[in-house]
Amino acid sequence: MAYNPGMELDMGWVNGAVVDLPAVNRRAATLLTKRTVKKSWQAAWLLRAVTCIDLTTLSGDDTVTNVQRLCFKACNPIRQDLLDAMGMGDYGITVGAVCVYSARVKDAVQSLKQAGGAAIPIASVATGFPAGQVPFETRLKEISMAIGLGATEIDIVISRDLALSGDWGKVYEEIKACKAACGENVHLKTILGTGDLGTLTNVYKASLVAMMAGSDFIKTSTGKEGVNATMPVGLTMVRAIREYFHKTGFKVGFKPAGGIRTAKDSCAWLALMKEELGDEWMRADLFRIGASSLLTDIERQLYHFVTGRYAAAHQLPM
Amino acid sequence: MAGNLGSEIRRIFDNMEYGPAPESADVAKKWLSQHKDSLGHFINGEWVKPENRKTYTTCSPATGEALADTIQGEEEDVNLAVSCAKTAFQSWSQLPAHTRARHLYAVARNVQKHHRLIAVIEALDNGKSIRETRDCDIPLVARHFYHYAGWAQFSDTEMREWKPVGVVGAIVPWNFPLMLLTWKVCPALAMGNTVVLKPATFTRLSALLFAEICHEAGLPPGVFNVVTGNGSFGSKLALHPDVDKVAFTGSTPVGQTLRRLTAGTGKKLSLELGGKSPVIVMDTADIDSAVEGIVDAIYFNQGQVCSAGSRLLVQENIFDDVIQRVKERLKHFRIGHSLDKAIDMGAIVSQAQYNTIKEYVDDARATGADVFQPDIPLPAKGLFYPPTLITNVQTVSRVVREEIFGPVLVALPFRTAKEAGNLGNNTNYGLAASVWSENLPTALELAITLKAGTVWVNCHNLFDAAAGFGGYRESGFGRDGGKEGLYEYVMPKWERTIRQNVDIDIKTFGASFGSGTSPTPGQGGPSKSQLCPNGKQQPLVDHTYKVYYGGAQKRPDGCYSRPIYAAHDKQTIVAYVGDSNRKDVRNAVEAAHKAAPGWGKRAAHNRAQIVYYMAENLELRRQEIAERISLLTGKTLENSFKEVDLSIQRLFYWGAYADKYGGNVQETTLYGCTVCIREPVGVVGIACPDEFPLLGFVSLFAPAIVRANCVVIIPSDKYPIPALDFYQVFDTSDLPAGVVNVLSGNKDHISKYLTEHQNVDAMWYFGSAEGSKFVEFTSAENVKRTWVNYGKERDWMDQDQGQGEEFLYHATQCKNIWMPMGTTFSN
Repeated sequence: MAYNPGMELDMGWVNGAVVDLPAVNRRAATLLTKRTVKKSWQAAWLLRAVTCIDLTTLSGDDTVTNVQRLCFKACNPIRQDLLDAMGMGDYGITVGAVCVYSARVKDAVQSLKQAGGAAIPIASVATGFPAGQVPFETRLKEISMAIGLGATEIDIVISRDLALSGDWGKVYEEIKACKAACGENVHLKTILGTGDLGTLTNVYKASLVAMMAGSDFIKTSTGKEGVNATMPVGLTMVRAIREYFHKTGFKVGFKPAGGIRTAKDSCAWLALMKEELGDEWMRADLFRIGASSLLTDIERQLYHFVTGRYAAAHQLPM
Repeated sequence: MAGNLGSEIRRIFDNMEYGPAPESADVAKKWLSQHKDSLGHFINGEWVKPENRKTYTTCSPATGEALADTIQGEEEDVNLAVSCAKTAFQSWSQLPAHTRARHLYAVARNVQKHHRLIAVIEALDNGKSIRETRDCDIPLVARHFYHYAGWAQFSDTEMREWKPVGVVGAIVPWNFPLMLLTWKVCPALAMGNTVVLKPATFTRLSALLFAEICHEAGLPPGVFNVVTGNGSFGSKLALHPDVDKVAFTGSTPVGQTLRRLTAGTGKKLSLELGGKSPVIVMDTADIDSAVEGIVDAIYFNQGQVCSAGSRLLVQENIFDDVIQRVKERLKHFRIGHSLDKAIDMGAIVSQAQYNTIKEYVDDARATGADVFQPDIPLPAKGLFYPPTLITNVQTVSRVVREEIFGPVLVALPFRTAKEAGNLGNNTNYGLAASVWSENLPTALELAITLKAGTVWVNCHNLFDAAAGFGGYRESGFGRDGGKEGLYEYVMPKWERTIRQNVDIDIKTFGASFGSGTSPTPGQGGPSKSQLCPNGKQQPLVDHTYKVYYGGAQKRPDGCYSRPIYAAHDKQTIVAYVGDSNRKDVRNAVEAAHKAAPGWGKRAAHNRAQIVYYMAENLELRRQEIAERISLLTGKTLENSFKEVDLSIQRLFYWGAYADKYGGNVQETTLYGCTVCIREPVGVVGIACPDEFPLLGFVSLFAPAIVRANCVVIIPSDKYPIPALDFYQVFDTSDLPAGVVNVLSGNKDHISKYLTEHQNVDAMWYFGSAEGSKFVEFTSAENVKRTWVNYGKERDWMDQDQGQGEEFLYHATQCKNIWMPMGTTFSN
């Protein structure tokens, strides 16, 4: 996986950022009408999407039971007979990671081991997810504890209060501290909470600041804001990633999360990555989709591709 | 599921390529085979296939595959179609407005019903992508019919001063075959005209299909007819005596030809011609969005768009960055068959067009320009040309000056917004422009500065039925779309149709100067009245009328004068007036241009005040001027007073309009603001009628100047003196120098040089049928707007004829500025 060492905060760059929402909306709308994949291409793309999913459960009622079920599904995301029919049975298709609360990391570690998926990364949300409205010290502490429990990726939220007041210096310092808490071996994914940021210009600025502070991924949302992973937001963030790459040479990953539920959506996001960043950004080391129900829809589509029939929900393992 | 599939999926999984995504051609093939792949004209509600016509086989540019045979029409086919349209006009124009609205509405519904079929036909026949026909062309066709169904409904209220002209001959190009014909047909039908349409040779299918759909939708026979044929067939249509109006979209040279062909005949004409539209990117722009905008601007429809943003102007501090980003963007382009749903560009329409594009690019390369074309796959067969970006070119380069009509972008840097505006306007064309900046004052000022009929702010190539589209300068005149588009298809209710053929020699018309006008001793002079102050007799101070430009009276360049006689006695010389020649025209036009920017920037209120002030000062001289009119024209003093009083009234009328006709907000589909600004036409040459020497003069210059034009005006050559007396009214009314310039002399001689002047933007001519023809013919050269009377007098005392919307129409040109809005994307 690529690693982003970050850079000094460059406020000139940040302040120069400007995003034209209507123009972004137009590009986002037409991009999807300009690209589509059909038949075998669609099947292959959907399988690739599966490998990029951060299969997620982030609920108040999460217990060992549903985390375990999630982990087994993560190791066997598509029914084996379907994979076999597509000639991909021996490919070792799994999701990109599982994503849970820090309190459930331990359950995930054990479950993945049981399921034979110990290699699947475990992402833990941290830093007072989803609102981030907890003292900074406890946020750092949560990161360390999650890593101690076996998390290999940390999804943090930025302080939207600082972003909204334009205190990008402070935002930068906080993320940098989180990065330090993660160390070099644990991937830092920074959630911008884009739905709270008010403007796409703020989204772009937050993306830059998060990358300058060393985030390995930038992620749209917690799934709990009013507006989550929309195409215009995604387009804005991947453009920031592209500019950061051009200026620094560091590749930062992108994770849209929240509201991505259909197989068609997942192909659209892959197309966005391909068009705006290139094929390299269509792999799990630089692209993740944060989702829970998406996998079921992809599996249904693949069932249809293989059998020519639409599946009933009960035919696929939940 | 065999092993083959397995290896295929594995391969795609690994390389994440795109695959084919074809739209089926079946629906189109079925329609064509219903017609045995052979189509005739569609006239009077039925297919017409005369015997012994040559045929033209239309092909798909993507593959070369033949699609169908169409026929090459001959003169008798035009005659048939026009006579059917003329017959249909009798009843169609008399239908209640609401009934016509129902018909247009039905067409819109039927277009939507056949959306897929039309989209596929259009993509196949033209080579453009199915995505564009499906998402752009055809929805706009339906939208146009809905919008103009509304104008049909309002035709006898909103347009009650106007009536239809009759039969419209529409000639449209191949780049948006159906969409552009709709732009003509909708306003024409809404106002009660009937139409004979000639589609472009390469793309006849959608027009024929559409005619069948209209018929199916219940449009009465003869209201909309389609005839096919070559270019000279189009000229036959334009020249047919029963065609009352020619509506053309296409190249500037063909537009000029049509202007010359129809000159002097009394036919109405609107031209939507070529362009070399600038895309201006300021350093305050969202650059990534600007890059997408550039893609929309120049690579939409393979660049075969009259409003294509083919000149990229980038502020120098971001030039390299923008160029780099455009190049990277182009590497993601996909080019392929028009029915592939996942392509950015399809095929070029024809081999000839392909060759033209290639020749331009090769020429640029040969002359040292940097030509970038991305290394992307092109289909082996078919007319595919890669997206091209040319840098290291200058304003003198051929590719910078000429319209290429292909996916070829040239890029130049600029330093300041002012320079951007100057570069943007450094072109013969003026169809469209886009400005990219997040800074509102910069963007708006540039939008106003650019001489173009459409300016998009932070977007490019957006279209909607509610906003007019059309050009400044050599991009043509007239508007397609919006309420402003209606005026191209109507005439004032009081006016009668004029159809005439006038023979003149363009070379010699108005050319002679000075013969017999120069005063010679013994010829006589103005009567020598005497004054007797303090009992001593002395002569009146000599009063010689000079010409008037730049705010001062100037001796005419040729130092010639002409005698003006009294009405009662053709021997009595009332005065000598200056006899202007082409150098006076040159000087006056220069003065007008000098005044124009400042006059345009004055507050409308201020322009109004000046015109009211003229009324005030004219009234002070009421008696004197009335007497002079009477002396010159032989009218009764009472009638002369009426003329003066009505002139004063008219100054009030136009003063009132100074701040009440600036434009309106267009209700387009844009989320944001589309504003129609009625800008001045520029410098207007005006030749006044002989009837009503004062009122005609006032009725013409006043509407022009209140709408911020500057004028060079030729007073009646028989009775110029009331207009020349007006110098002092101008001077005492705070009129800035150069706004009104008056050149007395021979009307046709001065008109000749005004019309031939490339820097005169419009010519209004009220004189002979011959002069009218000359003005229209000669204006083709720089596609001037013209307004001529074809030798027919109008009653300037009459309110309908001497003032009103017709004058405002001629005094303004519509610029539509598109301003998308929004920063709020979430809560």
